Amino acid sequence: MEHIRMPKVENVWLVDRSSSRRTQVGTLYLTATHTIFVGKGSENRNELWVLHSLVCNVVKHKASQSGYPLLIHCKNFQVIQFIIPQESDCHDVYISLSRLSRPEKYEELYCFSFNPNADKAEREHSWDFLDMKAEYSRMGLPNKQWHVTPINREYRVCDTYPSDLFVPKSVTLPVIVGSSKFRSRGRFPTLSYYCKENHATICRSSQPLSGFSARCLEDEQMLQAIMKSNPGSRFMYVVDTRPKLNAMANRAAGKGYENEDNYCNIKFQFIGIENIHVMRNSLQKLIEVSALRSPTMREFLLGLENSDWLRHIKSIMEAGIFISKAVAEEGVSVLVHCSDGWDRTAQVCSVASVLLDPYYRTLKGLMVLIEKDWVSFGHKFSHRCGHLDGEDKEVSPVIDQFLECVWQFMDQFPCSFEYNEKFLISIHNHVYSCHYGNFICNSQKERKDLCIKEKTHSIWPHLWENKLDFMNPLYKPDQSQNQRLLRPSTAPFCFKYWRRLYNRFDRELHPRQSELDCLMTIKEETQQLEEELAVYEQKLAVLGKERAKTLYMQKGLLDGKQQTLWSLPLDASLVNTPQDYIDGFIGAAPNVFTLQQGERESAEISLLGDKPKCSDADNSDQESGVADFSSHSSGEESLPSEDSVKDPDSDETGPNKA
Amino acid sequence: MELSEHIRTANVEDVTLRRPFHPALRGTLCVTSHHLLFSDRKDEDSWQLLILLRNIDATEKSVENLFGYPRAVGSSGTITIKCKDLLVLQLEIPGMEECLNIASSIEALSALESVTEMYPFFYRPSHLTLHGPWGLSSTEKYYKQTERLWDRWRVSTVNSDYSVCPSYPHAVIVPREVDDEKLVQSARFRQGGRFPVLSYCHHRNGMVIMRSSQPLTGANRKRCKEDELLLQAVIDGSLLGYIIDLRSTQQAQQARMTGGGFESKSCYSHWKRIHRHHERGKVLQESLIKLVEACSDPSHSVDRWLSKLENSKWLSHVHSALSTAGLVVECVERDGHSVLVHGSEGTDSTLLVSSLAQLILDPASRTLTGFLGLLERDWIQAGHPFQQRCAHSAYSHARLKQECPSFLLLLDCVWQVWRQFPLALEFSEALLLRLAQEVYASNYGTFLCNNEQERCAAGVKENTHCLFQSLLSPDIEEQYLNPLYEPTDLAIWPSVHPQSLQLWTGLFLRWTEYAQNMEEAREEVWSIVKEHRERAGPDRTNNTPSTHCDTLTPFENLMDELTIL
Repeated sequence: MEHIRMPKVENVWLVDRSSSRRTQVGTLYLTATHTIFVGKGSENRNELWVLHSLVCNVVKHKASQSGYPLLIHCKNFQVIQFIIPQESDCHDVYISLSRLSRPEKYEELYCFSFNPNADKAEREHSWDFLDMKAEYSRMGLPNKQWHVTPINREYRVCDTYPSDLFVPKSVTLPVIVGSSKFRSRGRFPTLSYYCKENHATICRSSQPLSGFSARCLEDEQMLQAIMKSNPGSRFMYVVDTRPKLNAMANRAAGKGYENEDNYCNIKFQFIGIENIHVMRNSLQKLIEVSALRSPTMREFLLGLENSDWLRHIKSIMEAGIFISKAVAEEGVSVLVHCSDGWDRTAQVCSVASVLLDPYYRTLKGLMVLIEKDWVSFGHKFSHRCGHLDGEDKEVSPVIDQFLECVWQFMDQFPCSFEYNEKFLISIHNHVYSCHYGNFICNSQKERKDLCIKEKTHSIWPHLWENKLDFMNPLYKPDQSQNQRLLRPSTAPFCFKYWRRLYNRFDRELHPRQSELDCLMTIKEETQQLEEELAVYEQKLAVLGKERAKTLYMQKGLLDGKQQTLWSLPLDASLVNTPQDYIDGFIGAAPNVFTLQQGERESAEISLLGDKPKCSDADNSDQESGVADFSSHSSGEESLPSEDSVKDPDSDETGPNKA
Repeated sequence: MELSEHIRTANVEDVTLRRPFHPALRGTLCVTSHHLLFSDRKDEDSWQLLILLRNIDATEKSVENLFGYPRAVGSSGTITIKCKDLLVLQLEIPGMEECLNIASSIEALSALESVTEMYPFFYRPSHLTLHGPWGLSSTEKYYKQTERLWDRWRVSTVNSDYSVCPSYPHAVIVPREVDDEKLVQSARFRQGGRFPVLSYCHHRNGMVIMRSSQPLTGANRKRCKEDELLLQAVIDGSLLGYIIDLRSTQQAQQARMTGGGFESKSCYSHWKRIHRHHERGKVLQESLIKLVEACSDPSHSVDRWLSKLENSKWLSHVHSALSTAGLVVECVERDGHSVLVHGSEGTDSTLLVSSLAQLILDPASRTLTGFLGLLERDWIQAGHPFQQRCAHSAYSHARLKQECPSFLLLLDCVWQVWRQFPLALEFSEALLLRLAQEVYASNYGTFLCNNEQERCAAGVKENTHCLFQSLLSPDIEEQYLNPLYEPTDLAIWPSVHPQSLQLWTGLFLRWTEYAQNMEEAREEVWSIVKEHRERAGPDRTNNTPSTHCDTLTPFENLMDELTIL
């Protein structure tokens, strides 16, 4: 609370950037966890809640006639513009928000104060929702070749790895230790995915500390053992996901890549995925393009091209395709690494898994995959998502790119995924929201030390409860399109701009009617009818044919409920929203409207009395779940805990650095 | 010259056919007066491919002499056939001479000039009879259906012998108080005689969309009293109408130098003119060519693809067509004023904008029958010169004459609207794809000739079958219906932000894997809906009447801010 200089400001304008008509006046509140805007006037008050942890940055703009504009950019691509009448108020809000959105300690994060009406048992239960052991046994592990090694139980060998790791049975503890000493941050080769059908595996590690000529016998034995555990093939691929130049530059720092001469029967391959800094800049450019107000087609397409974003997505996808084909078609095991093995390696392994295994195309499967390849294997969520104030250079949209790859696959194979894009967007939102404990910290060890499981809740059961929202009605698990291995096309025109994510809050840009929602409703209704029919069929057994049939027919004629189900609750106000066909006249000058005009407009809005026009309030409600609003108690316990992991990050040393 | 004289080699055995996503096939190739027929050699369940020669846009032949080839005749040739529906085929033909003969037959027969030699005049399927009802809609029918018109408007047959305007139909709707003599005068004052006629009357407020060609004011600022009276009669008592001029201000000014011009404020005092620039003719055709070229190379990098996509400008044209249509709708629906749309000739972008505006405004034109009727009235009868515009498509090497994909652009825009309102249109993407194909090469006479006068002279109605009638026949209608259709009375305002517009993959990537997966998804949509209908029983499948309540949108007079000359 001490950071809040100004808990409440009256007469603040919330500017809708797409149309000045929807701008409204109200009161701005700052709480320990949220910024809240309450529109005044209309009966069903519009409220806008923004989690501080979602705030990316706060910018003051030059004063306009009507006041002092304050722009809030969020990590979920929402952009909110307030206009505050008094300069001092604006400054106070700015200072408070800047501080609140940049917590210095984990304990300040929302997940530690978020307390839904759930008791302790429920919370603990929520963490048991996903069981990694069950996932490995689903893959068919442990088996004759692979077992869990206890070596990292105390995180002594590698503090960024999970405690339970699968290695070939033939590998002895000294070999593991030796191999880990030869790998960046001790991240020795270990199993990520196992293909039951042909025993091929995807393994992951960090780069070897080979420098220009160093060798490590244990590491060579390790790879040999991985190769041998797949009796079907005589060699294995080692995939370095970095551009060759970057990998070579790393050699000067005593790191590098495997020398084919030193390792028996490996085929070494570079796949040029750029480093986190390139990706961060690329996303920045993409966001700038997506935030353009009424751009021309040319500006948009050139901006998209210049951002290079889709090119990067393609390179990640191609790496995933290469690996999935090696495993499924050639039956060859693959070892994947980048520099530290927690960014590009995670992306590529999980993309390949989605292509390989239909299970990961189900709701539960994707959760498991993220929990396994990302959370447990130490993707540095806190750094990459910028949960805490600190190194901006560590922030990078690594998991965002994975989610986008899945989205691109969904676009190409509309019947192959059980979930829809809302699921991906929801996950994206919560990766950044710090609402649940799953994506806090940088490794399993840190989470254990922080007692995440004792103090916060898990996201997965929450998503599972809302699974009806996330279902793809077109999903056909047994369809030809959904063979085990998906073979996506990488032709350039297959890469689309993900409008639903990057323009998520610009409601006017999206289709006004949803095909998927409509289909979902139809499907539900069909199922309902089928159940009804089953009931009547049971009765039929008792009553005899004729009577039951009449019963069913009668029911059919009388029951009006289904009919309303069929016709979607389509938002009429949206259908009838004229667009801006006049070269951005409406949106061009949101800052210059006068007070009276604004008042008249918001009065008109309230007169309409239909759905609230304030899209932001609606959307955040819909997306981040009711829980967002159910509790906003201010957790002010401050445990003294410093972010102890302050290693200089060797990840992604570019050629320039070297 | 008889058509058959073009055919020197009618049959070739042992031809190999390659097409996307299918294994190569060997079989027999035949050339007839109007078709290319390939049939594979297996006797039982033989497979055939029949291509209208008219559908072939370009052929490329390469002949090789393969010395050392074991067979005695050591030569063969390959013909690459690029169709107007964007399919690309390859035929490997043994024998150099045969190959050259076939290529030259294809070239000659695919570019027939005379209408009556074209296939629709020979197409006689057993299930159809000539002299049946032809067409779905007409000026008279539209007038009869639209009660709102009866009071102030009339059907004029001043053009019954096509002498007033050769490209107009025999009947047009004009204000009741303007007599035929005035129409003749006004026609003399408009390019090609295309005087202002009614295209649409809004069911909500009686406001109308008119279309015409440019006035021939010329450098001397000529006036025409009758034309001014005609437009005055359109707005009648109301104080204002909008003229949407589909040229930039500068272009309109320049047009005066060549005898054209625009309605000046002083002469048409109650009309406000708004200029929106639209590309036409050659520029559009080249845009299509560039787009198709970009789509046909999957080996491009993403960057190169995006820059080629941008460079083609196709999506920019989609963007401007939709936004101008949106502007017209704003004038009519929100502002409550009548609109006159014209460019220069009034046969391309004029029709594009006025028909798109109707689709957005009018629930009746969003049904299958209504949409086809709209196309019939606003494109075919309104004199869009289909024969000239669709002589060639994107692959042709021929020098461009009058080709222009205005109609394709319309279909693309309609597709964009469907993407944004997947429940609002009764017809499906399949209909748009079918139309995109039929407009370039067809068994039916619907898209033949350039205007009604030519069609009459050639006896199209008497001697060919009507596409629209056949699309509505019960056995094939279903594939053109949108299973999710739910009518709405409201205007469906599409978003025209570049982020909201997409490449029409169904058309431009039709022959790729991508489109095949989409096809599977469409089938799944149908099966979900069908399953539902089965369960729900016949009496429940009728869609409930629309649940939307009409809402008023806050009125804002935006038009004041526009570029008004």
